[in-house]
Formats: sequence, structure tokens, C-alpha cells
Amino acid sequence: MAIMSFIFVFFFFSSLQPILSLYEDQVGLMDWHQQYIGKVKQAVFHTHKTGRKRVVASTEQNIIATLDLRSGEIFWRHVLGPNDVVDGIDIALGKYVITLSSGGSILRAWNLPDGQMVWESSLHGPKHSKSLLLTTNLIIEKDNSLIVFSNGRLNAVSCIDGEVLWKKDFEEESLEVQQVIQPPGSDFIYVVGFAASSQFETYKINAKNGELLKHESTAFSDRFSGEVSLVSSETVAALDSTGSILLTISFHNGKISSQQIPVSNLLEDSPGLAVIIHSSVTGIFAIKTDAATIFIRVIGEGKLEVVEKTNHETVVSDALTISEGQQAFALVQHAGSNIHLTVKPAHDWDSNLLKESIKMDQQRGFVHKVFINNYIRTDRSHGFRALIVMEDHSLLLLQQGAIVWSREDGLASIIDVTTSELPVEKAGVSVAKVELNLFEWLKGHVLKLKGTLMLATPEDIAAIQYMRLKSSEKSKMTRDHNGFRKLLIALTRAGKLFALHTGDGRIVWSHLLQSLHKSESCRQPIGLNLHQWQVPHHHALDENPSVLVVGRCGPSSDALGVLSLVDSYTGKEFSSLRLVHSVAQVIPLPYTDSTEQRLHLLIDADKHAHLYPKTPEAIDIFQSEFANVYWYSVDDDNGIIKGYALKTKCSGNVADEFCFDSRELWSIVLPSESEKIITTATRKLNEAVHTQAKLIADQDVMYKYISSNLLFVATVAPKASGEIGSVTPEESWLVVYLIDTVTGRVLHRMTHHGSQGPVQAVLSENWVVYHYFNLRAHRYEMSVIEIYDQSRADNKDVWKLVVGNHNLTSPVSSYSRAEVITKSQSYFFTHSLKAIAVTLTVKGITSKQLLIGTIGDQVLALDKRFLDPRRSVNPTQAEREEGIIPLTDSLPIIPQSYITHSLRVEGLQSIITVAAKLESTTLVFAHGLDLFFTHYAPSRTYDSLTEDFSYALLLITIVALVAAIFVTWILSQRKELQDRWR
Amino acid sequence: MEKGKGVMGAGRRWAVDFSDNSTAPSSRDIPDPPGFTRASVDQDDSAVSRQKKDAEANWKAQKAWEVAQAPFKNLLMMGFMMWMAGSTVHLFSIGITFSALWQPISALQGVGKVFEPYKDNKVDLLGPKLLFIALNLGGLALGVWKLNTLGLLPTHASDWVSSLSPAQEVEYSGGGIPL
Repeated sequence: MAIMSFIFVFFFFSSLQPILSLYEDQVGLMDWHQQYIGKVKQAVFHTHKTGRKRVVASTEQNIIATLDLRSGEIFWRHVLGPNDVVDGIDIALGKYVITLSSGGSILRAWNLPDGQMVWESSLHGPKHSKSLLLTTNLIIEKDNSLIVFSNGRLNAVSCIDGEVLWKKDFEEESLEVQQVIQPPGSDFIYVVGFAASSQFETYKINAKNGELLKHESTAFSDRFSGEVSLVSSETVAALDSTGSILLTISFHNGKISSQQIPVSNLLEDSPGLAVIIHSSVTGIFAIKTDAATIFIRVIGEGKLEVVEKTNHETVVSDALTISEGQQAFALVQHAGSNIHLTVKPAHDWDSNLLKESIKMDQQRGFVHKVFINNYIRTDRSHGFRALIVMEDHSLLLLQQGAIVWSREDGLASIIDVTTSELPVEKAGVSVAKVELNLFEWLKGHVLKLKGTLMLATPEDIAAIQYMRLKSSEKSKMTRDHNGFRKLLIALTRAGKLFALHTGDGRIVWSHLLQSLHKSESCRQPIGLNLHQWQVPHHHALDENPSVLVVGRCGPSSDALGVLSLVDSYTGKEFSSLRLVHSVAQVIPLPYTDSTEQRLHLLIDADKHAHLYPKTPEAIDIFQSEFANVYWYSVDDDNGIIKGYALKTKCSGNVADEFCFDSRELWSIVLPSESEKIITTATRKLNEAVHTQAKLIADQDVMYKYISSNLLFVATVAPKASGEIGSVTPEESWLVVYLIDTVTGRVLHRMTHHGSQGPVQAVLSENWVVYHYFNLRAHRYEMSVIEIYDQSRADNKDVWKLVVGNHNLTSPVSSYSRAEVITKSQSYFFTHSLKAIAVTLTVKGITSKQLLIGTIGDQVLALDKRFLDPRRSVNPTQAEREEGIIPLTDSLPIIPQSYITHSLRVEGLQSIITVAAKLESTTLVFAHGLDLFFTHYAPSRTYDSLTEDFSYALLLITIVALVAAIFVTWILSQRKELQDRWR
Repeated sequence: MEKGKGVMGAGRRWAVDFSDNSTAPSSRDIPDPPGFTRASVDQDDSAVSRQKKDAEANWKAQKAWEVAQAPFKNLLMMGFMMWMAGSTVHLFSIGITFSALWQPISALQGVGKVFEPYKDNKVDLLGPKLLFIALNLGGLALGVWKLNTLGLLPTHASDWVSSLSPAQEVEYSGGGIPL
């Protein structure tokens, strides 16, 4: 046995090479990549007759993108940084996309066809204020200009080169500018705002040179509430701060006149607090109350008229000028499973330019935003297309009563991901869409053979490549032997659950969770995380697996929790629970009941533990393990780590046998003046460890300290918790701890002087790798700590081990206080990190690699052997044989080991690794704004033939060999016979 | 070799056997002439035949010793090959080591067969057999020693704990930073 395993290990190591890369034609075989832009905030159409029709969009994820209006594909996309929030976009001169971002301080122009930046100018001003972008057709000094109001300053900027032509400061302290208006065809600008919340101010400014022409102000008795709505170029509508009085203010020629009308006058029933909706339709504005959205028309001098009162789910678009002096706007309303799109002219509420009813998937929720655009039909009438943004953040284009395309942009904001198995393939049930017949199979293999023998024509090669990419094998809806086909279940910020097929990344089902839907009892529901609830194995195979979605009603930690159970085959929400307690932590326990439902412990803000599922069986199982279940909490604000055990039953509460009180066991209080917790890391629950021994040179053994209760905590000096470089090396340090979370014992503590966060860490088996910044060396560093159990090291007597007379496999308790030793080493590393993960295989035999999400949004694989604390400058022969790499000061970055190859996962957030059934292979899923999935074999696929292995060649070789044997046998027989007759 | 002697040698149309079979009556189909008794002839020639038999026994004994010493050459040869193969594990050294193990074992299995031709009630085969066995055991030991130097014998603690799964933990603890 030992020999066999040794030979296996030998072959295994001989096949191991640190460099793994991909051939060009292998791209897309195992991996897929999807690009998203996020929830659209603002969209501008560009539908000139020449060139391709496109729409420019800015999103809440700070992306500027242009999409093809025919297909919804991305032409180009720019991800601005997390602090570079887009305030406004527009198209200028028909060729530049203008964006105003970073609180109005950065104005950029991008070339519309290819997305290259044309110019950038930074606009600063005296104070922080609202940012407004206004494109005009004003020509100042032969340049088309833009009017930008930001940071308390009005700027006129040239479209051509971004030069500021003139500027005018509004330094008055309390002035809040609400609108910048340029009446059409005029050469002056109105700047409208409130001063001290109750004074209405208008400034008339010469658009050519920024000269102040007129300044008027009127004081009102009431205070204004925020927003104003523009009714015409010289009239605005506003609400007072109580939300009950409507004001229409006109400032024709600088003369301010106003009317006040109580909202209740317009409506029979008392509407409660009203809010004005931002719109730009001439003559009409809308207010929103608790119950309804009300459209109000302004007739003549200050007379108001309610034109329509609609239910809540009504969305109105901005005005669109369709011809000289004529404006139109769109309304979208819900009616059952349909949505009604209505386009009305601004001057006439009762007539419709367009009325369409479109069937809409219920799983998309309500319409949140609508943008319209018009085109001239062949009969010279106006046609309209509408871009709508749904509750699940998806983006759809509607035209002629149909959905032209849709984009699932909710996937740009994934909160949590888990995986689920696919159904088992049953005999007689064909689940593949296209089953290959024998002839096609043979044809495919003959083609492949031609490819192998270099006989293939270019068309054949293209056919082979197409076949490889579109293999029906990888997108089947059943489990496979290798465990490559799974469902990735992703929870998005919009509260929608998506199931993606790992084979090709398509959406198998998607479900807008009802439990995470806004309702009376739950006003601001947010999804927190996902857990595997039920993973049926041998004896419960007829049950479908399910996932647990944990959410809460509101952002505060004591908001009530929401649980939802979703069938992972169908996406149906079969159970949803509104909890009577909050959810501070969700702890999946290592116990399952007879139907393979995993027991979960939910800790609320009062430190009560609640057991789920609430079944008698679950409580029985839990009672038997009761004494061995502990939990801990890390309070990163106060620097306290506390450990708890459970007491029987909740006190005070009504009899709830699933609720348990906690008893504080230990606490670690970090000095708040010198240490601040910035990162923690624990081992993955489902990580398999193959062996507890580590063989080192000269046949020696070290025993790993393997515990799932290990917690890595990194703290920095409070001063150094800011950005890199904000402190000197002398006043900055990084302290790392390894803590046993059952007993609170600090197993290891280490200080890196002159180092600073942010820290990214990953803990696996008996080691932890973390990344930080070294201020003294001005470089990033990565360190590794390996922890070994010294109290097991005496187990060296071969005979005792042969007869099995040892205690290495008997259960261990954290209270036995194992004597541990640690080894650690640090290396320089070039990149800064966004995420770090480690490969995960089903049995944990395959060597590990670190997956590093670089600042360039790529995923880099780095062999764990480079982070081995036993590396030395001159390893001995035995150490070299063991695979120890000579020590270098920095970690190498091998270009071929980027597993995302040429792609980028924009806005990379996290990297998730899942074990396939094949021991050599890890499934890697990286998400951010984009999604990327691939298979990765850290030590190559030593346990399977490669995908391009030619079975046909093997078959033909065997047949040829057998034939040759027969032929030679017959020939030799014949020859022998002839010899005998001679 | 056997074919050349036989009447029906391959590739020959006919043959005459001139060998004298007089001393082996069983091979003859023709009965002895009347009045002729074979035993009396033997008795007459007893002195000559005893001498002959002694010589044969001597020859057999000598041969048996020679056969018994044959593995020694093999042993030297094997030793040389092993020295050439070096002490790292690769295909060549493993092949040599396994052949070094296999040869003595197969030889030991066929001890009886090797000494079959020299079996004679006058020859004492015990000595040669013992020598043969001892030399082969020596070869086997050499093979095992080589195996050990290659590190393929489970003589270290590491060989027994390398696939020992981690011990189960009694306690379970979960948690982290509150959500």
C-alpha cells in the first residue's frame, strides 16, 4: 500500500508544474464571462440617421456605457471609481458623451463611437452643492458650450476642449440652487434656488459672459422642502416643508409672483405628506403621496388642475421634444401581469400618441424608471421606443408593443453566492435539448481526428472549434460524473435570486423573492446572505435541494429578520418566514436531520440563539450536541471578541423551546488606543483536509494543527486605518492573531511594525495567508503563517503506528490545550488586492493554489508552494526533492497563470471556489460587475483525460493493432506451413 | 535440442536411429530372443557399469555445485546494476530493483526444478541446494536493501501517517462580525 501510494505521489509530483496556462483555442471551453452595467440611473439616446443607434447610460454602480439599441450589447463601458459618482450625462455635438461626476467636480467628454476620453476638466468651487449639467446650443466664442453648476459655481465649458469659458460664483452661504434654466432661443440663464430655506432667489445671467443681469428674491412664510419641479421655462412648482401646501412660482422677466394652494384643496381626501417628483414636462408636474401619484396641470396664472390620480406603480419619463414646440412624455402603469406604456403630448393630457400593453414577467417586479425616444415611421408619424428599468435592476427596450431586448443587470450587484447540484439523470428521461446521435458523434470524432493528424481544412478547424464551444454535454440540466455541472445561485441587491448554469452561464431560473419585497410590515428589506439549507444525499434523493435566504427589514442591526426557503431546481419560494427577532449572525451547524436539512443557529441582537428548522427532530439532534456548540462575535467597532456557550431555554420569553440564552465564556479586549480590528478570516465550513501530517525532508513528519474553530484577526493602529501613506511607519503597525474560538485562547500573535492595511486574508487547513502594505519598504507584502501541533510530534514509533496503537485519530477537544508552534515568512508582492481565495477540491489531496483578485480586476493563480515558511535561500537536496523553492524576496507573477486570461472582471468583489467531484478540479466563480466562471486544476487534470483527447485516434490505433496481430499471425502460419512442405 | 534426436525431426523426411538401446529394454518393442536374459548380462558387466555410474555421480555432483554457485555471478551483476541506477526514484531504478527482487524469488520457487537433472540417490544435493538458497536470499536482501535506499519501504513514521485523516473535533463554534 505504502509503495503504491508512494508511486502515485511520485507520478503526481512529477506531473506537477508551476506554470499552467491556456492555449488560444481553449478559451471559452471551460469558462464564460458576462458583462453587466448595473441599475441604470440616467439614459440618453443617440439615434441619428447615420451610424448605429445607441443609448448612453449611467448607472448606480458608477458606470458609463453605450449599448446597441438593436441588441442591448455593450459597445463600450467605463467603470468610474467607487467615489466617482456620476451626477449627470448628456450627449454634446452629437459625438461626445459628457459626464459630470464626483459631486460635480469632474467633467469629462468621451468619444461616442469608441469611448475614448476626449478631454477632462476639473471644476472646483467655493462650497459643496447640488450638481447640474445643462447642454445648450449656445455658441460662445465660436464654441458650443455646456453650462455646469457645481460646488456653488456656475461654469460655461467649451464642448470642444473642456476649457472653462467663464465662471460665476454663488457664494451666499445658505443658497441652495435647485435649477438652472435656459429658456429656449434666449441667451440668458436663470439660476433658481432657495436661500435659508424660505427665500426664493432667481438670478438672471448672461449666457455669453456670465454677467449677472438681474437678481430677485422673495421671502416666503413657509420653508421649502427640497426639490422643485420645472413647469415651464419661467415657472416652477414646489412644496413647503410640511408637504401640504403647493406653491407655483413664476419669475417672468425677473418678477417673482407666486400662488399657494393647499394640497387638500386639490384632492378630496387628505393625502398626507406629499413629495414632488422630478420631471421636466411643460405644464405638468407630479406629486406623490402615500397612496397615489397625482398629476397636476398648471393652467394659466397659477391655476392648478388635477388631471390624473394613479396608483403607486406609475412612472413618468422626462419630456421629449418630438417636433418644434411639441413635447411628449411617457407613463408606465401596471395592470396585472401587463404593463401599459402611454405616450402623451405635454399640452394635451387626454390624447395619447401611443398606448401599448406589454406582457411583463412577474419576476421583474415594478417599473422604476422609463426613458423614451422617438423615431419617424415610414408614414411620417411618430413612433416611440421606451427603455425601462425594473425593480430587479433589469433593463428592457420596448418598441411596437414588444420587448426588443432585455439585460439582467441585477447580476452586477451580487451579495452572496452558493451552489446547488443539478437533478440526477434518470433512465428514459432525456433532459438534453439536443441529444447527439451516433452518426454525429462519429462525425465529430472523425473531424477531431483530422485535426489531430493536421489534415483539417480551415473550415474543419472552425467546425471543430464550434463543436467544442457549443458542446451540449456541458449545458445539460443533469448532474455529471465530474461534478462540473452545477447551479450557481446568486442573491442580488434587488432581492432577486438567480440560478446560473455553470456550463454556459445562462439563467436557469430567476425569482424576485416575495419575502424581500417592500410591504407594510417590512419597509426596507435587504438580503443578507445565502446558505445551503438542504442538500439531499443518499437517502433523501427524491427531495429537491433548497437554499436559505436570510434577510432583514431595514438597515439597522435590530431590524426583524426574514427567512425564505427556495427550491433550487425550480426557484419556487416554498416557505417564507417573518421572524419575531433580529438576525445578527447565521451559523450553519455541522448537523443535518433525517431529510438532510441542515440545522442553523440564528443569533439575534440580544444574543439569543434560535434554532432552525423548528422541528422536534431538529431539537433532539441539537440537544444531544448541545454542550459542544459555541459561538463568538467580533465587535470591530470596540475591538472586543467574545465567546459564548448556550444555556438552556430563553428566559423571560414565552415558552419557545427553539430559543436559547447565551452565556459569555471568554472575551478578548484589544486596547482601543492601539489596535483596531480590520479583517477576520475563518476556514470554509466545507473544506476537506486529506491528511493531518505534513511530510518534510528526510522522511520526517510534522502534524498540522487543523481546527475549524480557528479565527484569524488582523488589527492596525487606529491612526493607520485610513489610506495608505496617511501615517508614518513609526506610528503604524499591524498585529495578527490566531484565536481558538471555543476557548478564546490566542494561539499566535505577531506584530508587523511599519505596516498598514487594508488586509486581505485567507485561512485554509493549517495556514493563513494575508496581504498588507509595508510602509518602510513602500511595497505590498504577503505573509504566511503555518501552525503545527507540537504535542502530536512524539508519534514517531513505527511499530506503534503499524499496529494502530496511537491516538492521532481520536476526537480532540480545544480544552486539551495542544502545544502549537508556528512558522511564518513574508514576501513582497507587486499587486494590491481586491479579493483572495484558495482552491478547494473535494478530498483536499490536490495541492493548493491561491487565487488573487488583482487591482486590475483579474484573477491570478499563485502556487501555495511560493508561500511556504520553510523556504530558504539554499534548500538542501532533500528539501529540493520535497519541492521547496529557493527563497526569493518577492513572489513571482507568471503571466500565464492569470486564470481570467485576457478578460477582466470589472469591479471584482469576491472569488468563490467550489469543489468538483473530480479531485483535481476546482470551479472558480468571480463576480463584481462582471461574472466569470472557469474550471481550474491546480496540479493539472491528473485524474482525467484532457477534453481534446482523441478517442477516435485511440480506437483506431487499437483496431489497427488488433488487425496487425491477426494479419501477422496468419502470415506466420502460412510461412510455417510452407517451410514444412519444403 | 530435443528435436534433433527425435525420429520426426522437423524438416526431415526420414531418419534411422543408430543409437544403442540395448540397456534400456523398455524402449524396445521387440521382445528379447528366447534364452537371453538381460539381467545376466548386467551382472556380467557390473564392474564396468559401476565405474561408469560413479563417474556420472561425480559429474552430477560437480555440476550441481556449479549450478548452486551460479547466482553469485548474478548477485555481482545485480550489485553493479544497482550501483549504476543510483538512489533516486525513477523508472530505471525501480525496474532494476524489482527485477532484483523478482529473480531470487522465482529462483527460490524453482529450487527443485533446477536440481532435477542432478538428482541421483548417490549424489548429496543438500549442500548445493543450501548454497543456492543462501545466495538467492542474499540477492533478495540486496533487492530489499535497494528498495529501502530508494525510500520505498514503509520504515518511517511518515509512511504510516501520510494519509491519516485529521482528528475529529469535539466542539463546534461559529460566528463572526455581526451582519
